[in-house]
This record gives sequence, C-alpha cells and structure tokens, in this order.
Amino acid sequence: MAPRVTRTGTVRPQGGGWELAIWYLMRLTGLGLFVTALAHFIIVHFIYDPSLQTAKWITDERWGNIAWRTVDWLMLTFVVFHAFMGLRSVVQDYTKGGTRTVLTMALYLGAFVVFAMGTIAVATLNFPVKP
Amino acid sequence: MLLRYRGSEGMLAWAFHRVSGVAIWAFILLHVFDIWLVGVNPDLYNELLSVYASPIGRVVESLLGAALLYHALNGMRVIIMDFWPSMTRYHKQIWYVNWVLFAVIGLPILVQIMAPAFGLAAPFTFGGQ
Repeated sequence: MAPRVTRTGTVRPQGGGWELAIWYLMRLTGLGLFVTALAHFIIVHFIYDPSLQTAKWITDERWGNIAWRTVDWLMLTFVVFHAFMGLRSVVQDYTKGGTRTVLTMALYLGAFVVFAMGTIAVATLNFPVKP
Repeated sequence: MLLRYRGSEGMLAWAFHRVSGVAIWAFILLHVFDIWLVGVNPDLYNELLSVYASPIGRVVESLLGAALLYHALNGMRVIIMDFWPSMTRYHKQIWYVNWVLFAVIGLPILVQIMAPAFGLAAPFTFGGQ
C-alpha cells in the first residue's frame, strides 16, 4: 500500500492531466540535472579553475564544438523547466487568489526570457576560427 | 510552512530542499545572464568573472556547490520514495547516507575551489590549457 503522506516533495497528483505530467517531468528533469548539472559543476569548478574561464576560453575551448553546446542546451532545457516549476510549487504553497495568478504568470514569463537568452547565447556565439 | 518547525529529519530534509532549490533558481537567473554576456559584451563578462574568481566569489561558489549537491542527493531520495513507496520506511537512513555522500563528494571539491584563495595552489587545470 502506498502511504498517504510522502516525506518530502509533492504528493503525486491523482486523476492525470497537466498536473500529473508536470509531476513526472519534475522527476525526469531532476534525473537529467543530476547528471548534467553535477557534471557541469565539476567541470567548471573542479577540473578548470573559474579564473581561467574567460570569454575567449568559452568561445575557443568550452563551446568550441557543437557536442558540448548540445549538452549545455539540454541542461538549459531541464533547468528552466525544473527551476521555474519548482518556484511555482513554492508560490502555490504560500499564496492564493490573484497574487498566486500574477506570480505564476510572472514565473512563466521569466522562464521564457531565461530560456530565450540561454538559447541565443549557446546558438549564436561564434565558433573559433581554426587556422 | 517553512517556519513551522517540527524538527524531524523529514521536515529538515524538506526545508533544506526548498531553500537550496530557491537559491539555485536565483543563481540560474544570474548564470544565464552572464553567459549571455559572453556573446554581447565579453569585456563585461570578463569583469564579472574576476568577481567570481575572487576569494569571496569562491566562498559563494562553495555555498552554491553545497546547495546543488544537497538538492541533487535529496532529490534522488524523493524519487526513491515516490516510485518505491515501501522505502519511505527508511527515509531517515537514506537522509543520513546522503550526508555521508555529501561530505565524501563535497570536501575534495571544497578544497579545490578554496585553495587558490589562500594562495595554497595556483589556479588549476587538469584539462590542459
């Protein structure tokens, strides 16, 4: 028998629909971020010192090939969904009525802006000119 | 909700998860903005980078890393309990295991991040430069 109360997180919504889809996607993107975000942190804080990561280094090395850009764009996709839907849960816990609606809409708008800025950054930065 | 403290491990695990999550969300806003600067204003990005690489910047990075690692490990605990509800019986034990993993994974990374701030190491690179 499944317990009625979980110890952390959001209880699985009953009856399907969007809320259940979001519930599953929070866990799926969480798994994706467990791999991509932790690997990202280890690369940029453990393998390479932050002081070395100049704009030139990002253009020439870190984002010098399309594979890393693809991985980082995938991470962006996961994190925008996970972070903003997480904030939506926080908003739903502490607000109601008009405040909740306004804050939730602001979050959706913010998510769109962050996703657009990140996508523009990863897609439009010039590749290094190989000699 | 956050302040109505009940004091059990489950409550603490949940509260830390929420606080670390909101902190990481705030950093994501900053981080997407700084990477956006690489293309549109590389000089400003490089200036911001020198703040990140300063001793205080390194302390903040360490706190960010701690939030990220806690959130990641406790997230796995949530997933385990959501998909294998019988494991909820062991939610405290899983939380304690998480803290062991947190220390074992986190301490070497903490040393690596903070050492240059104390002049104990040159800025490192394992990947060649």
